[in-house]
Amino acid sequence: MSASSRRARVQPERLLGQPAVVLLLLWMIVPLAMTVYFSTQYFNLLYPKKSSFVGLENFAYFFTYPSFWTSVLNTVLLVGSVLAITVVFGVLISVLVDEHFPGQGIVRMLLVSPFFIMPTVAALAWKNLLMNPVSGFFAWIARAFGATPVNWFADWPLLSVILVVAWEWLPFAILIFVTALQSMDREQKEAAQMDGARAWAIFRYLTLPHLGRPIAVVVMVEAIFLLNVFAEIFVTTNGGPGDATTNVPFLVYTQALLEFDVGAASAGGLVAVVLANIVAVFLIRLIGQSLTARSGAPS
Amino acid sequence: MSPTSSQKPSSTRRTRRTRRQLARTLRALAAWAVGLAMFFPIAWMLLTSFKTELEAFSTPPRFAFEPTLENYRQILERANYLHYAFNSIVTAGGATLLGMLVAVPAAYAFAFHPTARTRSTLLWMLSTKMLPGVGVLVPIYLLARDTNLLDSRTALILVFTLVNLPIMVWMIYTYFRDVPADIVEAAKMDGAGTWETLRDVLLPVCRGGLASTALLCLILSWNESFWSLNLTTSHAAPLSALVASFSSPEGLFWAKLSAVSTLACAPILVLGWLSQRQLVRGLTFGAVK
Repeated sequence: MSASSRRARVQPERLLGQPAVVLLLLWMIVPLAMTVYFSTQYFNLLYPKKSSFVGLENFAYFFTYPSFWTSVLNTVLLVGSVLAITVVFGVLISVLVDEHFPGQGIVRMLLVSPFFIMPTVAALAWKNLLMNPVSGFFAWIARAFGATPVNWFADWPLLSVILVVAWEWLPFAILIFVTALQSMDREQKEAAQMDGARAWAIFRYLTLPHLGRPIAVVVMVEAIFLLNVFAEIFVTTNGGPGDATTNVPFLVYTQALLEFDVGAASAGGLVAVVLANIVAVFLIRLIGQSLTARSGAPS
Repeated sequence: MSPTSSQKPSSTRRTRRTRRQLARTLRALAAWAVGLAMFFPIAWMLLTSFKTELEAFSTPPRFAFEPTLENYRQILERANYLHYAFNSIVTAGGATLLGMLVAVPAAYAFAFHPTARTRSTLLWMLSTKMLPGVGVLVPIYLLARDTNLLDSRTALILVFTLVNLPIMVWMIYTYFRDVPADIVEAAKMDGAGTWETLRDVLLPVCRGGLASTALLCLILSWNESFWSLNLTTSHAAPLSALVASFSSPEGLFWAKLSAVSTLACAPILVLGWLSQRQLVRGLTFGAVK
């Protein structure tokens, strides 16, 4: 009797979680089901009457389409390089600004600023103001050293996109690592210094192990966002020259909203979903561990 | 201090101290150099926004010039900046408000009335964040088109809310979970209902956390570019789309591009500076503190 009355009392509060659950369920299931359905259809927005079931033909089309494999390679290169740059430089810079020095607060503000710049602005500022081969800032520096200015987006399109995206995401890594370093045991470090440990030894045996988990978090979270990079490519190279900077999201966009091929775009979209989920499985496991690790605290 | 160092002559100790001093100075200089280098593109953009178009395009680049507000004047008049700024404010603000209305009750239920399924529900919510936009671009585009919501602020508000909802629920959940259960129990004992507990106990205690959650959602929605570029054309287009429209007339309007970019980024940059510490929690789903 008491059990049923308790349930009746508790139930309404549990219902407070339902709107969020239902909304997200709809947001995930409905479009995803439609994507799966469309991916088996011949469906072009220009000829809406002609849609028909074609089985796996859209996937076959995508998998034999040379641009598709280029876009997968570009996606992997983009995500991989930006991750490597942000983690390596993120760790080095965080260690550099961790110890107190005059103006520490200001320097940290300067360092994290790019993260708050919207992607379209970041991309256009880099393309026009910095990387323009004639009057960009980098061209001026190159000439000052007697070198020929690099025509960034024409000659090194993917590298240019990687640099812009890395600039946007390095602050995220710094933000996380600086926060993590603050929770490091200072006394342990000081004791090591007293014992004559060199900076490298401290970094190798104290700092890096301490940063292990934050590094994993940065890699996972960034991977999710980097698999979706779109605006930076949209405003700088539009996927080109050729398909040199076309990644999977951009290819799906061109199929869907430029060629109006809904079927092919949906097939490509599902490939992107699979790619993201491979990364997601690891992230969920990681976050799930931290949830269990501290779940003893509440109630 | 180890005994050997105290036995050494004072001159060695002094050189060691000066060497450490030098190392510290070099370190500070290096930190400043890196900070300024990272910030340089933003600073350069800000500087360019006060130049004339001719100065903006000049080689070598001009560092000394007479600052002009002409670009800002023209942007405000001609590019219809205020229309786009209004769209940004309405969509980002609306998504934040709606998101908080849904996320706070959900986080409350998960934190204080967990069931056996709460943990997996939370992880599942996080997993929806992993759904790439392109995976659902086509259906969302078609749904928006068929409901006449294409190029509407309503569609953007809904999409931004749904995209950010998992992060918001998680972030508020981590704040609620840190509230000692005793306080909530005590309120219950005093006869406070759910609404009273939420309003009189939790909201005041977690004010800072809720504010930074709202701020994070505002920042993410304001800067969101994938959906705003694909779901809007002109009527509902926010600032991120206005800036993108400058990508076609290449190189000719650098000063104006810089002015509009500065206007689009400045408010969010300031908010970001103010809340950087708290944002870490939301951005890592509480996995790094």
